[in-house]
Amino acid sequence: MHPALAVIFLTLFSGGGFGLMALVAVVNDFHIEGGLNPLQTLVAVLISLVFVTIGMLSSTAHLANPKNAWRAFTRWRTSWLAREGIFAVLFYPFAGLYLLWVYFTQAPADSVGLVLANLAGLIGLVTIFCQGMIYAVLRTIRQWNTPLVPANFYFMGLGIGATILAAERIVFGAPATAFVALAVALLVAAAVLKGIYYFWISRPGGPTIRTATGFNRLTVRILDQGHTFGTFLTEEFGHTLPAARARNVKLLMYLVAFVIPIAALAFALGTGSAAAALIAAAAVVVGIGIERWLFFVEAQHVVNLYHGRPSC
Amino acid sequence: MRLGLVIDLDTCVGCHACAVACKEWNTSGTTGALTDYQPYGAKPSGVWFNRIRHYEIGEYPYNKTVNFPMSCMHCENAECVTVCPTGASYKRAEDGIVLVDQNKCMGCNYCSWACPYGARELDRASGTMKKCTLCIDRIYDMEIPEEERQPACVLTCPAHARMFGDFDDPESPVSRAVRERGGYQLMPELNYNPSNHYLPPRVHAPIPTEGMRKKAAAKVKAWVNRVVER
Repeated sequence: MHPALAVIFLTLFSGGGFGLMALVAVVNDFHIEGGLNPLQTLVAVLISLVFVTIGMLSSTAHLANPKNAWRAFTRWRTSWLAREGIFAVLFYPFAGLYLLWVYFTQAPADSVGLVLANLAGLIGLVTIFCQGMIYAVLRTIRQWNTPLVPANFYFMGLGIGATILAAERIVFGAPATAFVALAVALLVAAAVLKGIYYFWISRPGGPTIRTATGFNRLTVRILDQGHTFGTFLTEEFGHTLPAARARNVKLLMYLVAFVIPIAALAFALGTGSAAAALIAAAAVVVGIGIERWLFFVEAQHVVNLYHGRPSC
Repeated sequence: MRLGLVIDLDTCVGCHACAVACKEWNTSGTTGALTDYQPYGAKPSGVWFNRIRHYEIGEYPYNKTVNFPMSCMHCENAECVTVCPTGASYKRAEDGIVLVDQNKCMGCNYCSWACPYGARELDRASGTMKKCTLCIDRIYDMEIPEEERQPACVLTCPAHARMFGDFDDPESPVSRAVRERGGYQLMPELNYNPSNHYLPPRVHAPIPTEGMRKKAAAKVKAWVNRVVER
């Protein structure tokens, strides 16, 4: 698949924003290490809203005809993309009201505030599920057509949110042991789950050039693709990544998305270094951005079989 | 009704006339224009509803060239319609034709991801997704003679490798051809249940090329070449 930056940013930033909002709700529900004070809550919810907005705005950049974008809310009965749009928009009133409530009452954990925070967090988590299902329902792309995709989106989104929240606590100088522990646990779970995903998609399977052309018992090879230069199909679906380079990029991804944030958070917790905490937050966003780029570039659409690939 | 095409891989000669006729008809049709990018430039490209690929099947000497035209299969389980968030993509209940409403499409490409057959192409000029209409503005046109109420690709095919008809009618020419010639669907394992069917090449004895007896004329020629020095 063509790794369009617009779609990478959509799932990366909105996933992180929704994860952050859900964790703000959990932390204030259970008063984890005293809960977030009003200022910390405001900053966290604001970051969440900014992230979700970056994601939503960049998704419209992916549309070739954005004047019809409002119609994307109409087919929620069948389309996961429509459902994702509806829940993403529904997130704003609850997150926004919580922001206003905390700003004016300075009470992030009273009953009204908690209802708003939990509804916003829940809607955010539902939106992450819809985002994952956009890809997971496509039988045409073997690397996406697995329940591991929404599961990965969950742990990555929550991992980004937890890292940002822990970093925020350290920057504010508040007790952050439980926050760092939560972030490390979620990042480790996300890394393991991504490993399971890579193991899963590395096994061959799915349609071949033989089932694509119907000559199931014969060797089939392309003589001519029928076009002299690229088409929409080759531009959109033709991207590949050589195995050796994919391995290197994955190592880089694991380093930036998981190893550096965990090490930086541990260092920041021990020394109280705000710089290390910010490095952790930046690294996790960049690293999971690399993960999302790999997610797209490694997805091999079956139409490539008609352009001569033996299997996808 | 379940309208669709039957492609005869035995007789298709790979001339691309169907694709050209398709482009000619549809570029001024209901979903036109089919934009060309740099048509006279260094890398010409553009929107087509019909593309022909060419394959070699089997191993020498039992190999064969197969020309493979592909357009929208008008699937029964048209996932492209299911995933469309705007309702621009729809499948007509009365004849099964899958269409894109150009006034509703927002150009998100999602339907093209859901299509295994590469039938949908984004037009960068209009920003909308375009695809085969089965010449819907032709097959129902009561102003033209009845025998011409067929898709442009079918009418133009010089090898009669394309047939158009109703698969719900078991006695229609397309249903009969599929039944008698072992017509099949592409990638049945994905369960899209495409309407278009492909007829496999007929089995022919391979033409011998080795161990042939030389003809008399060739023998005389060889003898002359031996005795006459330059």
